[in-house]
Amino acid sequence: MTPSPPAAKLRLATVWLAGCSGCHMSFLDLDEFLFDLAEKVDVVFSPVGTDVKIYPENVDIALVEGAVANVDNLELALQVRQRTGLVISFGDCAVTANVPGLRNLLDAGHDSAKAVLERGYLELADATGQLPFAPGIVPELLPRVLPLHEVIPVDLYLPGCPPSAERIREAITPLLSGERPVQEGSAMLRFG
Amino acid sequence: MSVVTLTVNGQDVAVPAGASLLEATRAAEANVPTLCHLEGLTPVSSCRLCLVEVEGSGKLLPACSTAAAEGMVVHTHTPRLREYRRMTVELFFAEGNHVCAVCVANTHCELQDMAVTVGMDHSRFPYQYPQRPVDATHPQFTLDHNRCILCTRCVRVCDEIEGAHVWDIGSRGGQCHIVAGLDEPWGQVQACTSCGKCVDVCPTGALFRNSDTTAEKQPNTTLPALLRTAREQHRWHNQ
Amino acid sequence: MPVPPQLRCCDASGCRSAGGQALRSALEGARDAAGLDADALTIKPVGCLRLCGSGPLVACDGPGPTQLFGGVSPEHAGALIAASHAAGLATSHTASGGDALAAHRLDLEDSFFALQQPVVLEGCGQVNPESIDDALAFGTYAQLRRVLQELTPEQVRDEVRRSGLRGRGGAGYPTGLKWDTVALQPPGPRYVVCNADEGDPGAFMDRSVLESDPHRLIEGMAIAAYAVGAERGFVYVRAEYPLAIERLRLALQQARSRHLLGNHIDGTTFNLRLEVRVGAGAYVCGEETALLLSIQGQRGMPQPRPPFPAQSGLWGAPTLINNVETFTAVPAILREGGDWYAAIGTEHSKGTKVFALSGAVVNTGLVEVPMGTPLRTVVEVIGGGVPDGSPIKAVQTGGPSGGCIPAERLDTPVDYESLLELGSMMGSGGMVVMGASTSMPEVARHFMGFSVNESCGKCVPCRAGTVQLAQLLDRFVEHRATPADMERLDALCQMVKVTSLCGLGQSAPNPVLSTLRWFRHEYEAACREPAACVAAGGVEP
Repeated sequence: MTPSPPAAKLRLATVWLAGCSGCHMSFLDLDEFLFDLAEKVDVVFSPVGTDVKIYPENVDIALVEGAVANVDNLELALQVRQRTGLVISFGDCAVTANVPGLRNLLDAGHDSAKAVLERGYLELADATGQLPFAPGIVPELLPRVLPLHEVIPVDLYLPGCPPSAERIREAITPLLSGERPVQEGSAMLRFG
Repeated sequence: MSVVTLTVNGQDVAVPAGASLLEATRAAEANVPTLCHLEGLTPVSSCRLCLVEVEGSGKLLPACSTAAAEGMVVHTHTPRLREYRRMTVELFFAEGNHVCAVCVANTHCELQDMAVTVGMDHSRFPYQYPQRPVDATHPQFTLDHNRCILCTRCVRVCDEIEGAHVWDIGSRGGQCHIVAGLDEPWGQVQACTSCGKCVDVCPTGALFRNSDTTAEKQPNTTLPALLRTAREQHRWHNQ
Repeated sequence: MPVPPQLRCCDASGCRSAGGQALRSALEGARDAAGLDADALTIKPVGCLRLCGSGPLVACDGPGPTQLFGGVSPEHAGALIAASHAAGLATSHTASGGDALAAHRLDLEDSFFALQQPVVLEGCGQVNPESIDDALAFGTYAQLRRVLQELTPEQVRDEVRRSGLRGRGGAGYPTGLKWDTVALQPPGPRYVVCNADEGDPGAFMDRSVLESDPHRLIEGMAIAAYAVGAERGFVYVRAEYPLAIERLRLALQQARSRHLLGNHIDGTTFNLRLEVRVGAGAYVCGEETALLLSIQGQRGMPQPRPPFPAQSGLWGAPTLINNVETFTAVPAILREGGDWYAAIGTEHSKGTKVFALSGAVVNTGLVEVPMGTPLRTVVEVIGGGVPDGSPIKAVQTGGPSGGCIPAERLDTPVDYESLLELGSMMGSGGMVVMGASTSMPEVARHFMGFSVNESCGKCVPCRAGTVQLAQLLDRFVEHRATPADMERLDALCQMVKVTSLCGLGQSAPNPVLSTLRWFRHEYEAACREPAACVAAGGVEP
């Protein structure tokens, strides 16, 4: 009797757009569940799990933290969608734009990039205030901060600021066996 | 006392004549969601969350302001009602600036709870990011218009229970906002008794005590009903 | 004895804006210059002469047939005086000045006039709206006097019930039933209220009646007050109608001075106090519960119904609310009988209806036709179709609460039920004709913008839903919508329609729903694949 070959592992990515990385910290709070997870998935892209710089092809599941606030976020979000089976909007910033989206309050969100830069680098600056200008180095801000689903289609929403480790586990576990989690009730859905 | 009997989600219930449809649905433990409604205040039917289907009525009826009638057959959670409720909550979130993470009412907010109740995991409608002011002129309380959902509980509690009528509504449509006095800074309105009832009944973090910071607001929404009942039943010796 | 010739000059808002007042002064000057005195040639300001688009209008009554002139300027005054004075002596063509007026002569045999059946508009263009003597001479108040002397309130209501009259404000509730409901409430004070808060874009029927024949409205209201037992009433007019307000106030004053209002009207025990209340610019105050709050000095916001105003209205008392046109139809119904009125129109929509015809149409103006007249007759025969002769694309009825009826449905009879079936509604009577170049998503966005501005803000589907709908429509108008937007548009329209508190919100999606129904391809043509939107930088919502 020969041992059956190990089942192919799911390819998991975690992505960090415009957010505080709190959702990733919460992900690390999964503690020993991370060991269970490591047996079932290959982490192929993650700011806390790999040093890969290019988003790979054929990703099965991506947890995307953060809102879409600059051209890099936009480019990465589009890549994620193209190369991933199931995209999860991970945490309030991805789901609602949350705190990064507060800059949309300047200039009623029409061109809050200009407004926020002027506020930060000119109005509140000392005598030497000047707008940062580093094309190709610092990504340009989008005129408006957007929740992920306004940029790409999203398959699952995991709200929370941050979603608790428990909530993350409850959402991921069924996905590992090809099922969708039941997104109901305070434990799974609450914003904030 | 006469009684009317009706059917809610297939369950027979009996309520006193004159009771609202909402009371009837509660007798059937149907959990019809409400947001603008508050026990002890006049119903205004503005949040539209308590709309229910009544067989034979061409329209959806707000349970809070519709009288229960003999023989009504009521459905409270049909698929379309669920869908409308979710859309309603999405519209609430999208029209204001609700950032739960940094709100005084986080974990004690009826709007936040309502998103859970109706299963709203994201808003399909784009956020509007309206530019709204904060009135921090009152020595004890603050009104943050960004978090106001125009339920008018504050307007009603101040008018109907406290009798001061400090609050009302100004402008119209999406520009609607709560005004203090004759649209003055709250701190300048002499009619305000600083009783805090408006703060206690506010379902969100729009009205709060200055001492409260993120997630510290502890509302008390049972006051209006207590006070109204006490008055009506002359429970106080000096009455 | 031959009637002396007279010139009837339209002095309603439309013709005034076209220079009607200057024309009338010039006519008076020319009459004096011709050595005629006022008895020999009367120059009378009157109300609407119907063909508003050709103003200023002057009707010329002589011993011969009446002639109508349009678009005349003060320099034609001499020729008009000559024509009117000569009308009895010779045919108009040979009359001096006839040639100068040839281009301005309007054919009264033309379908625009010939197919009309004036009932509500009987006195419009006939009587001087500022003279109660003229109104009395025309027969106004005769029915009020007869009713007070000869009929019981029950008999009056019976006549109205038999007429089959339905509310002309838009919803078409049976008038007789409403009167009965108010009359049969427990004893106590009652009120009558006239809703003259005509706010639909493209609607100017009520304004014309108020400006042209205010005494007829007062007579109708007084009869209604008698029939339901009210002793006090209000006419709620929008502030944007200053001339209507001025004339109505004058008419009320005149009626009081002749004891046709006030205590012991016409020597009977019937008392009625009528007042004008001027709106403050909110469209929603045309909604009856909001209107009642506004009359009581409160913020005009719709209230849940029941209780209906007929049970609990002004200051908690039973209140009868009807629209201008409804009240104005009442005197004729009593004069000719309910059965006479019921014989006009269709089985379920009886009598006549006044429409305000405008848009891409040759004849712009006021039209009163029997209910059930095919829409095509109204817009193509009476209206004369699109000015450049191209086919009509759609007809918008019912303003921001109504919808667009496509050209292929123009044979639909105009009645309450048929228009509802087409996804539009009768509304108050505004009818806007649209030509081939009109973009339907743009029409829908225009009306949605109106609803956004006019929402009172009380309930969330209307307050926030219309804003989202308008932004969705922007995407279609600007050709950056996606198929998903189409789904959202459909779903949100349904939601706002079904869950809004009052008629404004419930009907706000109608212009979208009706254009989606009949012109869906225009919306589809505005859709792009999501990827194309992102590629085009259209990621912003």
